[in-house]
Amino acid sequence: MTTGTHSETPAAPLLSVHAIEKAFPGVRALSGVSFDTARGEVHALLGENGAGKSTLIKIVSGVFPPDRGEVLVDGRPVDLARPDDARRAGIATIYQELLLFPELTVAENIFMGHAPRAGLRRIDWRAMHEKTNALLASLEIHDLQADRIVGSLSVGNRQRVEILRALSQDARILIMDEPTAALTEYDVTRLFDIVRKLKARGVAVIYISHRLDEIFAIADRVTVLRDGAHVATRRVADTDAAELVQLMVGRRIESLFPKITVPIGKPVLEVKDLERRPLTRRVSLTVRAGEIVGLAGLVGSGRSELAQTIFGVTPADNGEIRITGQKIDIRSPAQARSLGVAYVPEDRGTQGLVRPMTVRENFSLAALGKVAFGGFIDRAAERKLAGDGVKRFAVKTSSLEQIAGKLSGGNQQKIVLGKWLANGPKLLILDEPTRGIDVGAKAEIHRLMGELAAQGLAILMISSELPEVLGMSDRVLVMREGRIVAEFSREEATQESIGAAMMGSHGNAEKAA
Amino acid sequence: MTAETLAGAEADPRRRLRVLASQEALLAIAVIGLAIVVGLYNPRFLAARNLSDVLLGNAYIAVAAVGMSMVIISGNIDISVGALIGVLATISGTLAVNGAPIVVAWLAALVAGVVVMALQGVIIAYLRIPAIVVTLGMLSVLKGGLISVTGGKWITDLPDSFHLADIELFGALPFPVFLMILVTILAALWMRYSASGRAIYAVGGSAEAARLCGISHPRTIVMVFALHGLFAGAAALLYATQLRVIQSTVPPNLELTIITASVVGGVSILGGVGTVVGSTLAAVLIAEIASALVFIDVSPYWIRAVQGVLILVTVIADILRRRRMAGA
Repeated sequence: MTTGTHSETPAAPLLSVHAIEKAFPGVRALSGVSFDTARGEVHALLGENGAGKSTLIKIVSGVFPPDRGEVLVDGRPVDLARPDDARRAGIATIYQELLLFPELTVAENIFMGHAPRAGLRRIDWRAMHEKTNALLASLEIHDLQADRIVGSLSVGNRQRVEILRALSQDARILIMDEPTAALTEYDVTRLFDIVRKLKARGVAVIYISHRLDEIFAIADRVTVLRDGAHVATRRVADTDAAELVQLMVGRRIESLFPKITVPIGKPVLEVKDLERRPLTRRVSLTVRAGEIVGLAGLVGSGRSELAQTIFGVTPADNGEIRITGQKIDIRSPAQARSLGVAYVPEDRGTQGLVRPMTVRENFSLAALGKVAFGGFIDRAAERKLAGDGVKRFAVKTSSLEQIAGKLSGGNQQKIVLGKWLANGPKLLILDEPTRGIDVGAKAEIHRLMGELAAQGLAILMISSELPEVLGMSDRVLVMREGRIVAEFSREEATQESIGAAMMGSHGNAEKAA
Repeated sequence: MTAETLAGAEADPRRRLRVLASQEALLAIAVIGLAIVVGLYNPRFLAARNLSDVLLGNAYIAVAAVGMSMVIISGNIDISVGALIGVLATISGTLAVNGAPIVVAWLAALVAGVVVMALQGVIIAYLRIPAIVVTLGMLSVLKGGLISVTGGKWITDLPDSFHLADIELFGALPFPVFLMILVTILAALWMRYSASGRAIYAVGGSAEAARLCGISHPRTIVMVFALHGLFAGAAALLYATQLRVIQSTVPPNLELTIITASVVGGVSILGGVGTVVGSTLAAVLIAEIASALVFIDVSPYWIRAVQGVLILVTVIADILRRRRMAGA
């Protein structure tokens, strides 16, 4: 586990990962993933949300151990039980949400945990500042001083502090998770300069990004993951955007999705030029009775934000919303609810369900008006409402008095869905309705969605799973950077066309909305 | 499978066991069990006079703990209530001594309690400042204000009719005990059966989920604090009228005793869980323990340590329970 030995065989890759497997309760996150990277190489990791990139880098960073497989540094297996082990093996990770102490200075942040010491183990402040200045100079960073407070820095400069922090620990393998997600164009250019300097020094960079153009600009090789498996590793010079998109999304469509064709009725939701900066930009869309509209896009493309704006959680700044033809200014979830809008949020643990409450109480929460008279709840009516819901959604629970938080994810999701349908909505907005639930419960939720549409409900479904989008939707809208960038009919929609629009690789079928 | 799930819903064999293992049942058993054990050691403990004194002297803590429980269930905390009880008692007593009609003196305590607490609720809910900070500030304002305004003087010569605590119903039931029981039952029913009570549990259990269900978070919080103020007012009256004088201070750490009653009563410090029946039983238990210490010749100073152990044990049990739930 030491990094200081000098018996490197030049042929051995600096870091290699062998047949890694990792499962979480109910989910197989990684199944036999291998890849390697050499000194001075920038190796990009590419894959959809949930493809296993984060799990892989967490294993390499020592956040959690793999179930099977091994990680080798300089050809020798290393035991990465804790983040500290990874640090000592020369591996540093820069996460998307930067982990800095905003109240401390640049130098203090860089040397947090390994400050240079003088006699009596006191911190040697002068050495710390000198070393910081040396690091700054080595990357030719001139607009950053050792004694600046990190909280006052721009995102780009904070990221540079993290990079310097990694270098101060003699990191030879640097993992960057979507480093450009929050950067301005200028900062991206500077980041690339720094990455090239690191390359020249022999540092291996594992670069995770959704942006294909960046991968072509900076990476030497690219490895594509899909559903927790290694799909392909290509030299960047030997591939193109179309092939990468194909590798990322190319997946057989399971016959799980029983969207039945039903007559499409009048528009229920009409949104025109809706704006709520920064993530909802002049969005227009229509959802009709009996129709399921899929909303595809990468995480961070503004899909959930759009849903929350329509639902009144974050009311719009501009634009108009019409519900069944009537123009309405929705300012709160309570108002949206009274207009017949239901929203099943993405995070059912904290947003959908009140976990310490019983199944009965959760079912009636959005429909208290239906079971409460004069401010008091009619227990019999409430039990009937919840009992009907349990029956209709086949919730597996020992009783109505069961604490909802103790049920499985699939059953929790059925309760969240049932809670809203108790209200008799006209429009149902679903945010990742089947994320993290088992296949059986997934199929049931899909069946229910089909039934609801057949009964004339208008459904707007946000999903990061392309097969689900393709299987369930009558129409597919694609969002990128807060805008709707493409629209496909059920017939036109393919994994490749949607994938290309999501990634913004200027392929076919893209049209501005 | 649907038939099976519903059949399960109606006849759960574990249901009855769970009721017995509830915090309320455990507390009731502890209250009775402790009385028997201490009574065996020293029969004087069980004298009607002693038991009645224990309840009489501590009913105000139980009444205040009802409001505190609601506040904690809603996901907040209030550490100003002890100081507020002192201020309200002083306001009421001052009015009574200065010739205001007794009913006005009583009402003034209730109204002032509601106003002060509702104000704190507004600051917490609308300015989104943590309850612990707001109520800590209020604690200092009230404590400092009380001492400065009264100059530390006690209020004496209270008219006889002022003393609520002297009233006995049905010839035997002291009014404070009656009020404690009444407030507990009414609050329990309200928490269990009203839509507003449900909103308190929802907001405390998951503010985000409650908001998305159209439950107004700020309004619920202000309502909870206003009610808490009402109960604090009632508690102040019981406190003020049980002695012949009103001191310009309250028992030290009164707010902590009240919070202890809520938490030991099964109210989750993380919000969303608990009942007011539990907190009243816990208030009775704590008072009983304090009295028992005297009867078994242990220094009454140990009561604080005992309270501390009780609170730690319940909070640890609660957190472990929550963790198990999160793991499921």
